[in-house]
Amino acid sequence: QDNRISIWSVGDLGNVGLSGEYQGEPQLLCDIRHNGDVMEMQFLDQERIVVASSTGTVTVFRHHQNNQTLSVSQRWEKAHYHVDQDTSCCGAACTGVICNNPEIVTVGEDGRINLFRVDQKDAIRTIDNADSSTLHAVTFLRTTEILTVNSIGQLKIWDLRQQTNEPSQIFSLTGDRVPLHCVDRHPNQQHIVATGGQDGMLSIWDIRQGTMPVSLLNAHEAEMWEVHFHPSNPDHLFTCSEDGSLWHWDTSRDVSEKPSFLHQGGRSTAYFSHNTVNQSVISAWLSNDPTKDRMEITNLIPNQTLSVNSLDILGPCLVYGTDAEAIYVNRQLFA
Amino acid sequence: RLVQVSKNYRSVMRACMEDMHQAAISARDPALHSQYSTQVSILSAMELIWNLCEILFVEAAAAGTLLLRLLDWVRLHICDVDNMVREVLSSENPSKHELFWNVVDVFVLQGRMDEARHLLSKEASADPTSVNMYKILDDLMKKMPVPSLGNTQTLTEMELKWQHWHEECQRYLQNGTFASNSHMESICKILLGDEDAILEKKELMTTWYHFLVTRLLYSRPTVKPMELRFYAQMDLFLGGESSPEPLDMILMAAFEFEMHQVIKECSIALSNWWFVAHLTDLLDHCKLLQSHNLYFGSNMREFLLLEYASGLFSHHSLWQLGVDYFDHCPEYGRVYLELHIERIPLNTEQKALKVLRICEQRQMHEQVRSICKIMAMKALRNNRLGSALSWSIRAKDAAFATLISDRFLKDYCERGCFSDLDLIDNLGPSMLLSDRLTFLGKYREFHRLYGEKRFSEAAKLLLMLMTAHIAPCSFWMTLLTDALPLLEQKEVVFSAEQTYELMRCLEDLTAGKSEKQKFQDDDVETTKVEMLRLALARNLARVIVKEGTLEGS
Repeated sequence: QDNRISIWSVGDLGNVGLSGEYQGEPQLLCDIRHNGDVMEMQFLDQERIVVASSTGTVTVFRHHQNNQTLSVSQRWEKAHYHVDQDTSCCGAACTGVICNNPEIVTVGEDGRINLFRVDQKDAIRTIDNADSSTLHAVTFLRTTEILTVNSIGQLKIWDLRQQTNEPSQIFSLTGDRVPLHCVDRHPNQQHIVATGGQDGMLSIWDIRQGTMPVSLLNAHEAEMWEVHFHPSNPDHLFTCSEDGSLWHWDTSRDVSEKPSFLHQGGRSTAYFSHNTVNQSVISAWLSNDPTKDRMEITNLIPNQTLSVNSLDILGPCLVYGTDAEAIYVNRQLFA
Repeated sequence: RLVQVSKNYRSVMRACMEDMHQAAISARDPALHSQYSTQVSILSAMELIWNLCEILFVEAAAAGTLLLRLLDWVRLHICDVDNMVREVLSSENPSKHELFWNVVDVFVLQGRMDEARHLLSKEASADPTSVNMYKILDDLMKKMPVPSLGNTQTLTEMELKWQHWHEECQRYLQNGTFASNSHMESICKILLGDEDAILEKKELMTTWYHFLVTRLLYSRPTVKPMELRFYAQMDLFLGGESSPEPLDMILMAAFEFEMHQVIKECSIALSNWWFVAHLTDLLDHCKLLQSHNLYFGSNMREFLLLEYASGLFSHHSLWQLGVDYFDHCPEYGRVYLELHIERIPLNTEQKALKVLRICEQRQMHEQVRSICKIMAMKALRNNRLGSALSWSIRAKDAAFATLISDRFLKDYCERGCFSDLDLIDNLGPSMLLSDRLTFLGKYREFHRLYGEKRFSEAAKLLLMLMTAHIAPCSFWMTLLTDALPLLEQKEVVFSAEQTYELMRCLEDLTAGKSEKQKFQDDDVETTKVEMLRLALARNLARVIVKEGTLEGS
């Protein structure tokens, strides 16, 4: 296997064609070999990228912009590992990483949570056996609190200031304990959390109240790999799945307005009213008034084939990658 | 439409060639460079073969169009002369260039009349004495009849015209019109289809198939597909010096319309199944391959596709494509898929999930169960009990869930406390997957109730576990021992009914033991039983009094 971390340049704005579509292909700037599958990547700061590997290693790469090269800046081998009954050690996949410079939190298939600080050789804190199942994803709730999701359908809050190795709160799905694969927090309203499950269901949680999700939305037909709130436009949510689709969830519009979305192909819009349990919160995500609040959902992929494994959004740009060895860039998301 | 598909394949091959070419150019290491260059030439040969097959088989060009297509084919693939052509054309005074006549010959041989005439006109203007000759030659070239693509003329019309034109050329040659200029004379001979004249220009044609097409152009432009084999003779061209290469054999087989031979030769010559598998598939879609049943039952197309797809499965990421190929093999595809999919190495859970999704979409339940079991066993070995449980839930594997629960219970018995409380406390409806799992959940609930000092509820639960036979018999002793503290409470917890029930359970348990077992029981066991009996008796006493008192007042 030859896995690589690559940095691409997606050209300048001068290359935009008539219809606003992006012209020209992304250019490969530099790449570097990576040992194991890349499970997740995050930018730590302008120059450094933290990468989680299926071998259990967490690596920090530095991108040298002057000569366009990548180099390994720091590495934590065996950040995640299994110790089996014969007390032999083998690596466990690191499934999730989240950064808040200079801190890095990683979780893995070994149910372990690690807190690293850049430039420090050992982990600041490790919670062994934090979970009896696999931790699939992690995100920051506040600067000292993290959210994790696991294989038995639980959303847990951990307070890193506390020295106990117990979560401060546990939330569970109603009904079947379907594994949760991804989690994201609303950028402005920190009590709103979205998770995606193995059955493709999108769950919205209000962590101030209750232990069950506020709404359950039947979304994809297969595992939902990633869910992201738009960082500056949080009325928009994006999810991608094994079934090959990427959905754009938009709660920003009123019914009175005519929807006028411009995306290439595939306009399968549907209107959903929430199936809510709790009452009366300001955000559109939690509101339960069915007449007022309709959500528009669009599949952004015209001819879907293989799984969409990962996506990211910033401003008007959407990037996603599929199992068909393709990366797609859409720079006119809200045209 | 199938022609379009064929063209798509070819453009893909060309794109690969281009990439490979770029890589070859930019490779600094000479070994790498030569490796890439070899790849380029292989790809080029592949495209050549495919193109010919497209013309002859997929499009099945009829007489007339056939020649045009073959001309295009030759022009596209004979590039050795391109440099020379470019050189002459870009020189200041082309007609004075030493290779000038070579280039004109090339144009004529490839049937590029307009370009030949254009070059000749330059020469004509430079040499006023032979203006007449040029005019005649130019005229002949202009008038040469070619098969038309549209339906503007029938074949017979064209043949008639061609016959007249041929005779006219013949007349000029015999008149000695071009006697003074050997170049032009040889061109005229070529126009007449004179084999020797054409053969003279061997180096400009470089290959026997170029020779073939040129011959056809000038002697039989309305050639029918089936007649090609009579004209495709390698030995004339090669002249017995060199023996035919694999590529030549393949092309020859194509000209002879021996499709199976083509496929066979390609399979031998090429190391990768990609080419033959896809070509055969395309030909099959054109309904050209009779279903030759091979001795193990599938037809050739399926056989090749299966081979190719099996090869994909050994690749760490291309196995997903292999799945699609197997889906399109009606007879053995499913079986092959079932066998291969279980052997994909599952180094991360994510990969396992993708494989499972593929199996579930195709109702391959056996494979789902077996993969989930593998993952669950791995998890169990690594002490990830929650993961193990999650895998057995996915497979709806009750037996495994029982195994996991037993493991939990064993841990509890050994350590006196539960590990992984987060899992057991939050089992939810999955508890019902197996009885043992239900018991585990309920047992934990009992402990919780006890911890919250809700004794009467705890007591009721405990009793229910035994009477409803949710608890396995092996665990009854532990449960009864758990009942001890409840029996010793200051407040009476168990009612008379319940105490009688408990006593019965104890008796069932001890009666169940054989004499031998009783003998082997150590002191601890017998003490336990005695303590229980004592506690039960005392509780009974208290409760009868209590109940009696309440009734009284």
